[in-house]
Amino acid sequence: MSAAVMADVAAARVPERTWRSEARAARAVWRRDMIRFANDRAQLMMWLVQPLLFLFVLGSGLQSLSAASTDGVDLKTFIFPGVVCVAVFFTAMISAASLVWDRELGFLKEMMIAPVSRTSIIVGKCVGGATIAASQGVIVLALAGLVDVPYDPLLILVAFGLLVLLAFTVSAFGVLVAVTIKQAQTFTWVMQLVVFPMVFLSGALYPVAGLPGWLELLNRVNPLTYAVDPMRHLVFSHLDVSETARRTLDPGVTWLGWHLPPLFEVGMVLLLGLTMLGLAIRRFARTE
Amino acid sequence: MTSTLPPTIEVDDLVKSYGEVDAVRGVSFAVAPGEVFGFLGPNGAGKSTTINMLCTLAEPTSGAARVSGFDVVSRRDDVRRQIGLVFQDPTLDVRLTAEQNLWFHAELYDIDPGVIPARIDQLLEMVGLADRREQAVMTFSGGMKRRLEIARGLLHSPRVLFLDEPTIGLDPQTRSSIWRYIRALQETEGTTIFMTTHYMDEAEFCDRIAIMDRGEIVVLDTPEALKAAVGADRVVLGTADDDAALVALRDRFGIEATVAEGAVTFHVSNGERFVPRLFAELDVGITSVAVSRPTLDDVFMRHTGTTIRDAETGGVADLDRTMMRTMAGAKR
Repeated sequence: MSAAVMADVAAARVPERTWRSEARAARAVWRRDMIRFANDRAQLMMWLVQPLLFLFVLGSGLQSLSAASTDGVDLKTFIFPGVVCVAVFFTAMISAASLVWDRELGFLKEMMIAPVSRTSIIVGKCVGGATIAASQGVIVLALAGLVDVPYDPLLILVAFGLLVLLAFTVSAFGVLVAVTIKQAQTFTWVMQLVVFPMVFLSGALYPVAGLPGWLELLNRVNPLTYAVDPMRHLVFSHLDVSETARRTLDPGVTWLGWHLPPLFEVGMVLLLGLTMLGLAIRRFARTE
Repeated sequence: MTSTLPPTIEVDDLVKSYGEVDAVRGVSFAVAPGEVFGFLGPNGAGKSTTINMLCTLAEPTSGAARVSGFDVVSRRDDVRRQIGLVFQDPTLDVRLTAEQNLWFHAELYDIDPGVIPARIDQLLEMVGLADRREQAVMTFSGGMKRRLEIARGLLHSPRVLFLDEPTIGLDPQTRSSIWRYIRALQETEGTTIFMTTHYMDEAEFCDRIAIMDRGEIVVLDTPEALKAAVGADRVVLGTADDDAALVALRDRFGIEATVAEGAVTFHVSNGERFVPRLFAELDVGITSVAVSRPTLDDVFMRHTGTTIRDAETGGVADLDRTMMRTMAGAKR
């Protein structure tokens, strides 16, 4: 049976490598992650439920405590930009780190042995993680109206741009972690020791002015701070709140008294993302 | 297999060391186009390390290898475009369907989208998975996964297909069907096949076999020639006292027998005629006797002094096996 079947099949040809074939390979890596994501019900559920937990459960729960100090601003409104960032952060981290599982379960070998550059694999993986994370951010963004953040087209557009940038940078970080660690188990530790602290130190859930010295220091060395701050600034610039509330809740990040412009922070995040992508590519190219 | 064409695989004094351990100690051979070439040997003999160097996954410590005329180190990407691979451990994405796994591979190898559907259809047909194409690979049995990996390895029409223990852990039925595909493939597409196995009976499907042990090729020839070189029949005895039987065989018949897989084993020409003499003259109780024509097992035993199975019982590590052999030798 097989002989007859195979006789009339056109043989395939593997062409020389071009930038187009590299782009196609990266797209294939990306598309695989999309298919896997769409098939994974548990991850989809987490993806939908987690931001709601943060926003409505945590936000509503702490509201009663903070009502006095937020000067009329609902705590949910305050943490909204932070929750957008945290949601993107977690999802990008977990998605990009799926490379760890690809190694553990053997599939990485299929990619490593193909006649494609390692860069294409890393780029595809990074864009894949960023896509999933950014769409998570969009879901949270869509809830804006429920926490009294206006659906201003400009606000939505710029916020989208910011969350895409954050999604990319965190994905690059996740991929870098994934190519560095050798065991899937280690990743659990990275989540506990790096990712969770970063969220709590970022100012996503509290204002970053007037912190105790040690906390301020940790906050300022935390890259996530510089993604949360512009996002919060953006949201607050579209809110109708008192000057006192603005000063307390959206104080902006300072370095030794210098107030960082949001655009500068955005540049930092971008630069960080590109650096980590570069490191991940270099590191991955050296794995045997 | 004689051919005027340049060899598809040429290996010249290839060495691979991991620190102090020499996994491969200078092997040289050539594989002709369209040949089915087998690497035979126990676990830890250096088969997989050799295959990894040939398919560019590991860099040789010294020596050179060319696949399809391309050097495996300096022309790595050219080599990769020419080869298909089926690894010992599965490398499928079990959360994708069979078809999605194949599409991913086709895209990665930049195959003309016009030929992909037909190629996928026919390969799935060939390995008998056409009706399972839309099911997630995690629902597949071990044999189905292996068949899918073979189909995937062939998707881009490689000049050489490397199979590292393609049938390990599979039931005999699946093993024989996998062999059918491999032979059909070699006939229709002229693919050169390089495989490793430690199943002796499978080595018979190869055009030529290299027997590898402790990082070296101990012998290389066609299965027929290898068996002919052993010449003698194999006699396996169950005895009441193996040690006494070994001594008696040596003293009375001048035969050096060994205990392999728990039975006294030796080679003698005209085995059937020898057995009656044995019963008449051996003063050790005989509980069973079997005479067989030489097989590749005998070839292996002849060249390494042990059976493949015994060579493996000491564990995978080279050192362990050497120790086992020394101890076995001392007992003799």
